[in-house]
Amino acid sequence: MKLFLDLWTVVAVVAGAFFFFAGTVGLLRFPDSLTRLHALSKADNLGLGLVVLGLLPQVDSVSAGLKLVGIWLLVLLSGATAAQWIARTFRQSGTDP
Amino acid sequence: MTAGTLFGLCAAALIGLGLFGLIVNPHPLRKILSFNVFGSGVFLLFGAIAHRGAAAGMGGDPVPQALLITGIVVAFSATALAVALLLRLFDQTGSVTLSSDVAAKAGNDTGAH
Amino acid sequence: MIEILNFGLAALILGLAVWAVVAREAPAAVVGFIVYGLLLTLVWLQLQGIDVALTEAAIGGGLTGVLLINAAVRLRSTESTARAQRPSASTRWLAAALSATVTGALAICVLALPEPAPTLAPEVLANIAVTEVGNPITAVLLAFRAMDTLLEAIVLLFALIGVWSLAPDRAWGGRPGLLQQADPNGMLDYVARVLPPIGIVAGIYIFWIGADYPGGKFQGATLLAAMWLLVMMAGLADAPPISRSWLRWLLVAGPLAFIAVGVVGAVTAGAFLSYPHGFAKTLILVIEFALMPTLTLILGLILLGAPLRGEAA
Repeated sequence: MKLFLDLWTVVAVVAGAFFFFAGTVGLLRFPDSLTRLHALSKADNLGLGLVVLGLLPQVDSVSAGLKLVGIWLLVLLSGATAAQWIARTFRQSGTDP
Repeated sequence: MTAGTLFGLCAAALIGLGLFGLIVNPHPLRKILSFNVFGSGVFLLFGAIAHRGAAAGMGGDPVPQALLITGIVVAFSATALAVALLLRLFDQTGSVTLSSDVAAKAGNDTGAH
Repeated sequence: MIEILNFGLAALILGLAVWAVVAREAPAAVVGFIVYGLLLTLVWLQLQGIDVALTEAAIGGGLTGVLLINAAVRLRSTESTARAQRPSASTRWLAAALSATVTGALAICVLALPEPAPTLAPEVLANIAVTEVGNPITAVLLAFRAMDTLLEAIVLLFALIGVWSLAPDRAWGGRPGLLQQADPNGMLDYVARVLPPIGIVAGIYIFWIGADYPGGKFQGATLLAAMWLLVMMAGLADAPPISRSWLRWLLVAGPLAFIAVGVVGAVTAGAFLSYPHGFAKTLILVIEFALMPTLTLILGLILLGAPLRGEAA
């Protein structure tokens, strides 16, 4: 059981790290701001979600696990808000983003 | 190399960078920003020294760490006041330069009151 | 392994500091500075200063970042004039030489620090039981060096008075910040309704737990102030006019309570800000509870800046 949980942690955290890596590549390589924003929010949401899911079996207490999930939900909320706000500013300014 | 030494050296470099920016950047806001880099370098140096004082089951000397918290808050107060002064100067004259002859010229251009 | 990560962290921080100093556009430089502040919190964790890490994240990176980015956007039109005033090459070389000398001298000092390092940790441990708090940082802040914390609160208050005093005459006594229009269908409106309950609980939790674990009133007050600012930014509430007497009383309540506790100590325990035996924890709590609303208001109002409009909403 322990081995299985450790394996799950390694797989999920590596997958999360991959999403962060892909998001960073997208941020650097995509042609305009809206697509860059898209790449970045994927990295935030999925990458952090996978890292949190991977770390869950390693926590000592239920409250620590809930804090981890809470952090993920808060990052989801702030990431979505910031991305939406930036995109909207571009649309309203009418300039090429 | 211990974390204390590594980040102590990093802090020394940050202080140099901040000082350089403070002198070279002509825009007052950039000077404030550089001064904050300078200040965080000083804090980090102090923190690295506090970390070396780890003893009695504590990860660092708590006295300098507490002083650091005070220092960060005071640095924020000073930054806030400096930014407010700068914004007021801009509202009043339409320019933020600290050089008197350029200020007069910019003031004429924008028809400042 | 952790050494490699530390080296990477140091390299990233230095790179971002270079960016913050030399970037062409001020808003871009400020964004670099905010990321720099967030990475510094990781350094503080590596240096075992969790309380400092929280303060750096909340105030050093967070509030200072918001303050600077707001100013950078407002001052955008002044950047080209300033760029034309760049100092001559010789001045720049002199500045570089001076900075390199300072860095070199400090680096030599870091490498020549005495072994074993002097420390006050054993003394704090020996005396912490008297204060009845579990977090050594809180014990230093509110018992062993309470005078520093009192003066720090007063410095914050003076900074706010300084910012207010820059108001134009016609706006004196009015509301700080710009009037925001609420957009009932906007994302900001949604966040400003959903987040504050969570943020307020988290802020009070960080404040309350500060007696025994990392946390405390400054970090907690920053979170509360951030929630207040969010609600004002979304246009759901307006900033209070600075002439209101309830506001002014709340702003001085914290420092006044602190001074009152100090005077009680002078009468009962023989020195200003010393606590009579057995009452340390109670008096520390009195100070913390009195300072919390004051700090929240000061941090929020300082970010809003000088009043620019009259009392009318």
